[in-house]
Amino acid sequence: MNAPRTLFDKIWDDHVVHDQNDGTCLIYIDRHLVHEVTSPQAFEGLRLSGREVHRPEETLAVADHNVPTSNRAAGIIEETSRVQVETLERNVTEFGVPYLPLDDLRQGIVHIIGPELGFTLPGATIVCGDSHTSTHGACGALAFGIGTSEVEHVLATQTLIQKRPQNMRITVDGECRPGVTAKDIILSIIAQIGTAGATGHVIEYAGSAITSLSMEGRMTVCNMSIEAGARAGLIAPDAVTFEYLEGRQMVPKGGAWEQALANWRTLPSDEGAVYDREVSLSASELVPHVTWGTSPQDALPVTSEVPDPAGEVDVERRASIERSLAYMDLAPGTPLVKVPIDRVFIGSCTNGRIEDLREVAAVALGRRVAQGVGAMIVPGSGLVKEEAEEEGLDKIFIEAGFEWREPGCSMCLAMNADRLEPGERCASTSNRNFEGRQGRGGRTHLMSPAMAAAAAVTGHITDVRALL
Amino acid sequence: MDKFTTLTGVAAPLRMINIDTDRIIPKQFLKTIKRTGLGEFLFNDLRYNPDGSEVDEFVLNRPPYRHAQIVIAGRNFGCGSSREHAPWALLDFGITCIIAPSFADIFYNNCFKNGLLPISLSEEQVHKLLDAADAGSNENFTIDLNAQRVTDPNGEIFEFKIDPFRKHCLFNGLDDIGLTLGKAAIIEAFEQKRSVQNPWLKLGP
Repeated sequence: MNAPRTLFDKIWDDHVVHDQNDGTCLIYIDRHLVHEVTSPQAFEGLRLSGREVHRPEETLAVADHNVPTSNRAAGIIEETSRVQVETLERNVTEFGVPYLPLDDLRQGIVHIIGPELGFTLPGATIVCGDSHTSTHGACGALAFGIGTSEVEHVLATQTLIQKRPQNMRITVDGECRPGVTAKDIILSIIAQIGTAGATGHVIEYAGSAITSLSMEGRMTVCNMSIEAGARAGLIAPDAVTFEYLEGRQMVPKGGAWEQALANWRTLPSDEGAVYDREVSLSASELVPHVTWGTSPQDALPVTSEVPDPAGEVDVERRASIERSLAYMDLAPGTPLVKVPIDRVFIGSCTNGRIEDLREVAAVALGRRVAQGVGAMIVPGSGLVKEEAEEEGLDKIFIEAGFEWREPGCSMCLAMNADRLEPGERCASTSNRNFEGRQGRGGRTHLMSPAMAAAAAVTGHITDVRALL
Repeated sequence: MDKFTTLTGVAAPLRMINIDTDRIIPKQFLKTIKRTGLGEFLFNDLRYNPDGSEVDEFVLNRPPYRHAQIVIAGRNFGCGSSREHAPWALLDFGITCIIAPSFADIFYNNCFKNGLLPISLSEEQVHKLLDAADAGSNENFTIDLNAQRVTDPNGEIFEFKIDPFRKHCLFNGLDDIGLTLGKAAIIEAFEQKRSVQNPWLKLGP
């Protein structure tokens, strides 16, 4: 009898093209997502060496990082951004790669559209030149971010040379109380294990609080695996996964669907499978979380106060906290709910899906964005935007004083025109609160969509549970 | 890719933990379609004031370290975004070796694709090296990839570990796409097997 294997082991073993006996394996890549920022040099590399794209049909390109989220008809005004998008368009034409142009309804953030179109499948290996590729693990796919040289390697060979990561399981049991979401689960996990807590590992999320999440919630959790340093995040495919995927544009149909389902049902980890590391936490004790510093691990329950670096024994960590507090302009001991907000950003590959927008609408309905606060909502894709508008969510947002934008990465990384001014403080549903991430001198507080909506209507960080 | 064999040069001490790739090269410089020219913007927000003048106290603006070829830093170097612009910016500045207690996975992989050597040593060893680098204008930090050794200005030797395949590629400046394309028949056999076992995974002909 074979030794019990984890979900990760099964997908990995299924994709080993060649074990190179030197600590690395050549693994096969089933799906490759490409965007405008990390691909130009890869296509240029192919061109210079006279190589072709090996499996263009299993590659999907879209522009998302640089695209404008307002007045699309005017095109991309900023020249370097426009050149980058035009370069992508030229490359996909030259190399025959499927592409979703800016005026296609399906255009959106790579990690939103992959699952949405059924390009992402359980049991598949998926890569993209973007660290948040871990998102797709919510569908039971082994998905991870790569650099541009690796993008070129995948384009040329449909394989990657990889060292086998280790297995880590994070079990979250119990039931989340109202107002506590997938974002709070993942923020509390990162706060607990640290920003390098899962380096070298693939995290499998398990437990009743994970399996009871919708696919959107699971994607939020897996998305931020990289903020804990993980190579990838994974959730075992189940009935929720299959129901989400069935009928989507690129998902296998008919007999192929049945065959796929039979395979996917064999993927969950075997009883007795061994993990190199195990962590567990209880969802029933969780409180909405918010970050106070400049690393995603700097998250605390919203009921807490800004920490005092004097209490930190690790010298380097203390220096890091002091620097963060100076950058964030926060004094130790300040209650988090007293921190005023200038801007609100709702969107990104972490929280730009339909369920996220519904949570925002639930808080925004019948309320107004506070005086002096600029709040924008950027749907993750054209399809998310369309669905939200069919449900009338856009009307709730506009009525409440939010800006309703076109899909893209937007102020998650502020490569387009959407960015913070120096000193501005933002309640953001994105994934990184690094110094300068949303604009030089900008201050980011990460939180759930419901919490961001609560901050928008009150003008300060707020425990959303009081508004439900 | 340039080979990495040995290196003797100045090491800049960067006493910060969790240096993310946004900090190494901020997003406004990712709009390039080239690999070159990023050195000027390396550590942009740490190195320059908003008006474009230099931040005097930042290590790479101080005379002995302006021409540093090695950076010694705190744990979890290169976390965050997968942008390969981070190693490109370091290389373009002239840095070909980073020493830290630990690295984030994607950054670590990206280094090896560009002839940049990331060396992982214990916290205690890195602190010793940081102190040695603080001494200033010493030209005698030596890195020997083949022997897997760092020698500090005091002559103390620190041995480091590295995967044999990565060492081989870096030492010989090998293009791993070329190596993989040499396995085209194995890849094709795998694809045939996939078509039979998991045909639902295949898109296109």
